[in-house]
Amino acid sequence: MQIMKNKYSIFSLIKNAFSYHENWQRAWRDPEPKKEYEAIIVGGGGHGLATAFYLAKKHNMKNIAVVEKGWIGGGNTGRNTTIIRSNYLWDASAGLYDHALKIWEGLSQELNYNVMFSQRGVMNLAHNLQDVRDLKRRTHANRLNGIDAVWLNTEQVKKFCPIINTSPDIRYPVLGGTLQRRAGTARHDAVAWGYARGADEMGVDIIQNCEVKGIKRNGDSVEGIETTKGFIKSNKIGVVAAGHSSVIAGMVDLRLPLESKPLQALVSEPVKPIIDTVVMSNAVHAYVSQSDKGELVIGAGTDAYVSYTQRGSHDVVEGTLKAILELYPIFSRMKMLRQWGGIVDICPDASPIISKTHIKGLYFNCGWGTGGFKATPGSGDLFAHTIANNEPHKLNADFNINRFVSGDLVDEHGAAAVAH
Amino acid sequence: MFLINCPYCGERDQSEFSAGGEAHIVRPKQPTELSDDKWAEFLFMRKNIKGVQLERWNHTHGCRKWFNMARDTSNDKIHAVYKMGEKPPIK
Repeated sequence: MQIMKNKYSIFSLIKNAFSYHENWQRAWRDPEPKKEYEAIIVGGGGHGLATAFYLAKKHNMKNIAVVEKGWIGGGNTGRNTTIIRSNYLWDASAGLYDHALKIWEGLSQELNYNVMFSQRGVMNLAHNLQDVRDLKRRTHANRLNGIDAVWLNTEQVKKFCPIINTSPDIRYPVLGGTLQRRAGTARHDAVAWGYARGADEMGVDIIQNCEVKGIKRNGDSVEGIETTKGFIKSNKIGVVAAGHSSVIAGMVDLRLPLESKPLQALVSEPVKPIIDTVVMSNAVHAYVSQSDKGELVIGAGTDAYVSYTQRGSHDVVEGTLKAILELYPIFSRMKMLRQWGGIVDICPDASPIISKTHIKGLYFNCGWGTGGFKATPGSGDLFAHTIANNEPHKLNADFNINRFVSGDLVDEHGAAAVAH
Repeated sequence: MFLINCPYCGERDQSEFSAGGEAHIVRPKQPTELSDDKWAEFLFMRKNIKGVQLERWNHTHGCRKWFNMARDTSNDKIHAVYKMGEKPPIK
């Protein structure tokens, strides 16, 4: 079922201005679930919606549903710090994240939806000798994989982002940094909305306020899902439930190598443009960028214990802000406006799982931990491929569940340019 | 962020403690005979419960002793604290 959407353009903006923007077409429908689908995606975040979008677009599946417990993009998609980069150390990760970055570069056009992708660069700072060695090694590894990366010395860091305190007498002095110029940020809500609109246009049913209560099995294959809106039949179920992946897996007694923890972010009051890039700092765990509204967007660390409360601890925020103030004394009188948490599912090797399971027709896309937003388009594309073909794409073959049995881990812990 | 009633020191701020993950995972008695699947189960697979979870904690910035806790991970409420070697008071 094809639903024609009016194209968004400067002309549609002008036309709708005449009717006081009261007659915009609905971006997606609000359908009741059908009895049966070719495939069901559990989880209406960016990754889930992107999966449905690419299943419909590239794999010619039209009868697809996305079921979402809350509202689309209300989970981690709307809670992250919107950073996009692909400067990962290992070949498997570099392939995965750069695949996503290449899709990001044309995503607004592909979706006819402005995701406000801004390649403002991401700079990672080094604060000690080991940082310098690790980051230089990563720069070389990136370039061997065709990913742009440069090493900057302290003066070049200061020149690229003048508000950083590069004085040698701070607690963790800046000894240099790496820069990926193709990296940047995007508007996170727009990513969910753009994919939802695009998927809806191709007939995907996006069913919100519909919680999965159970997965029905027949022997070693799936038959459908029990939800708060009744039973929905399908023999292909893709789960993209982020922090709640273990909860869904528990419904079929599947154990995953995941721990769910709160990860926090906060924004300041809006100010005039002061920082035109993204600066991340692994050793002191602080990263900052500035939104188009002018707010500083600051990412903190995870709480070190399992929790499903979407809050996080005050001392974690305090630690991050101490580091921010040491590096950017100019922010000392800024007021923080909002703070929130999202539940991230972390794998022991800090790499995701995009995989089949031992149950036929059940697929999992999880374990993105603290850095899933950047991978949204690539993750959706590769998960769609995995579901449609019942085989992984070569870019996500290394990210299977069996790596925890074989020991062939993609160990990005500490290598991924950010502490987890 | 919450308060934890350390069985040795009494009620202290959670930031004094370190979480040690899921409790009662027994180290395999005969590691040399373990299959890869069982190793993976022991090393990596976790229940990651949303609800009451039994877990290990260490009072890192206090007595430095390990103990167990039954905590509801959906609201961080602690239902029981019990010493290492003791049976969990709730299932």
